[in-house]
Amino acid sequence: MKETTAQEDLLRGIWRENPVLVQLLGLCPTLAVTGSVDNAVVMGIATFFVLLGSSVLVSTFKSIIPKEVRISAYILIIATFVTIADMVTHALVPDIWKALGPFVPLIVVNCIILGRQEAFASKNTVWRSTLDAVGMGSGFMVAMLIMGSVREIIGNGSWFGIPLFGGHYQPWIIMILPPGGFFTLGFVLLAMGWKKGREAEAVRPRRWPHGVTTEVGGPV
Amino acid sequence: MSEQQLPMAGDAQEPSGNGAGEGPPPAPRQIEASSVRLVATLSVAGALAGMAIVVAFQYTKPRIDANAAKELAEAVTEVLGQAKTYKTIYLEDGKFTAEPRDTTGLDKVYVGYDPNGQPVGVAMEAAEPGFQDIIDLLFGYDPAKGDVIGMKVLHNLETPGLGARIATDSSFVDQFNDVSTPLIGVKEGQGKGGHNEVVMITGSTISSRAVIKIINDRLKAIQKPVDAYWSSIAGTTSAGQRSATTATGTHTSTSLAPVPAGATASSGGGDL
Repeated sequence: MKETTAQEDLLRGIWRENPVLVQLLGLCPTLAVTGSVDNAVVMGIATFFVLLGSSVLVSTFKSIIPKEVRISAYILIIATFVTIADMVTHALVPDIWKALGPFVPLIVVNCIILGRQEAFASKNTVWRSTLDAVGMGSGFMVAMLIMGSVREIIGNGSWFGIPLFGGHYQPWIIMILPPGGFFTLGFVLLAMGWKKGREAEAVRPRRWPHGVTTEVGGPV
Repeated sequence: MSEQQLPMAGDAQEPSGNGAGEGPPPAPRQIEASSVRLVATLSVAGALAGMAIVVAFQYTKPRIDANAAKELAEAVTEVLGQAKTYKTIYLEDGKFTAEPRDTTGLDKVYVGYDPNGQPVGVAMEAAEPGFQDIIDLLFGYDPAKGDVIGMKVLHNLETPGLGARIATDSSFVDQFNDVSTPLIGVKEGQGKGGHNEVVMITGSTISSRAVIKIINDRLKAIQKPVDAYWSSIAGTTSAGQRSATTATGTHTSTSLAPVPAGATASSGGGDL
C-alpha cells in the first residue's frame, strides 16, 4: 500500500474505487433494496452513518483493541451503530423503515463496513479514517442512487416517486423485481468496465499480439 | 482496483509491522495480550455499546410509539369514514367489552364514533400470509349493514409495483369502501355486478386474493361478537339520543347529547 494523500482518501471511494461498482462489496443491499430510489437513498444514508461512526471509533481505539479480539470488537462497534440507525430510521421515516425490512439490521454484516475497518481504519489516523469513511460511504450512496434510479425509472416510470412518463409508459415490472437488480447491476458494471477499458486504451500504448504499436503509443 | 488492496479476511499485518509506508505510524500495540485483557476489552466495549443503545432507545421510543399511535388513529379514521374518535374494545370470554379485567393478549377492535357520538362502524386489524410476507391490514365494518366500509393495508412486503399495489392502487382500495360480505374476488371484466364483488388487480391476483381472504376470515371469526356488541351500543345510543332530544329540544341536542357510555372518557379512547 503506497502513501496516499488526504484528498485521495476522501475521493477514491466515491468513484475510482467505488465500494460497490469497483470493489464489488456490499452487493446484498445493492440488489435487495434498490427497487425504488427512496429506499436506496435511505439505505445509503444509514450505511454512511454506520460506516462513519464505526471508522471513527475503530481508528480512535485501534491501539487499545487487542488484535486477537479486534474483529469481535469491530462487530460490536458496528452493531451498536446499526442498532441506533435502525431505531432512528424507525422513528423518523417509519414507512421506509418498513420497506427496508431486515436490511437495516443486516448492515452489520455489510462487508464494506467491516472491510474498511480492517483495511483502513485500524491502521490509519482518525482524520484519515474519517475521510475514507466519508468517501466510501458516499460511493455506496452513489451506487445505490444509480441502481435505484435505473430500476425505478425503467421499472416504475418514476423517480423518487414522481411519475416521469405520463400514462403511456408501460413499466418494465421486472426491473423492480429481484431479477431486475441483477440485470441492472450487470449492465452498470458492464458500462463501468467499458469506460475503464476505453480510458486505459487512451493513456496506455497498446501492445498488439505481433509486436506492432498504435500510432499514439510509440515504442512499447 | 489500483494500489488499494481489497480488504482480505485474514489480517496479514503483524502488529509490529504496522506503519510500513502507510501514513503516520499508529501507536504500538501490545504484542501479546493476556486473556484477562481480551475479556476486559470486550466487556467494557459491550457495556458501552449497551449504554449507547439504551440512550438511543430512550430518545427514539416515544417517537416510534407516537408514530404507531398516529398511524393507527389515521388508519381508523380512513377506514371508518366519518369517525372522529375511537374506542378500543376487547374480546373477553367470547364477548366484546370496553373494560376487560386484563387487556394483555386479548383480541381487540376499534369502534369509531362520529362527532355526534354515534357509532359509525368497527375497525379491525387482521393479518395473514400474502405472497411474500404477512399482510397486515385494517378494515372498517358496518355491523348495521353487514358491509365492509374501508380498507387500509398497514404492512406488506409484496412485490413492489405488483402485489404492493394492494396498498396503493386506489382503484383496488376504494372498492372496499362499500361492499357486502363475504367478499368475492373477481378478475377484471368477469364480474357479474354483485355488491360483494371486488375486482382483483391484474398481475397481482395472489396478493388481491389474500386481502379478500384476510377480511373474510377475520369477519367469520369475530362477526358474531362484534354484531352483538354493536346492537348493545346501538341500543344505548338511540335511547340516550332520544332522552337528550326530549329534554333539551332539537337545537341543542347535538352538543348536549350524552356521548355513548365511555366513548371518550374510558380508557383506550383516542382523539383523532
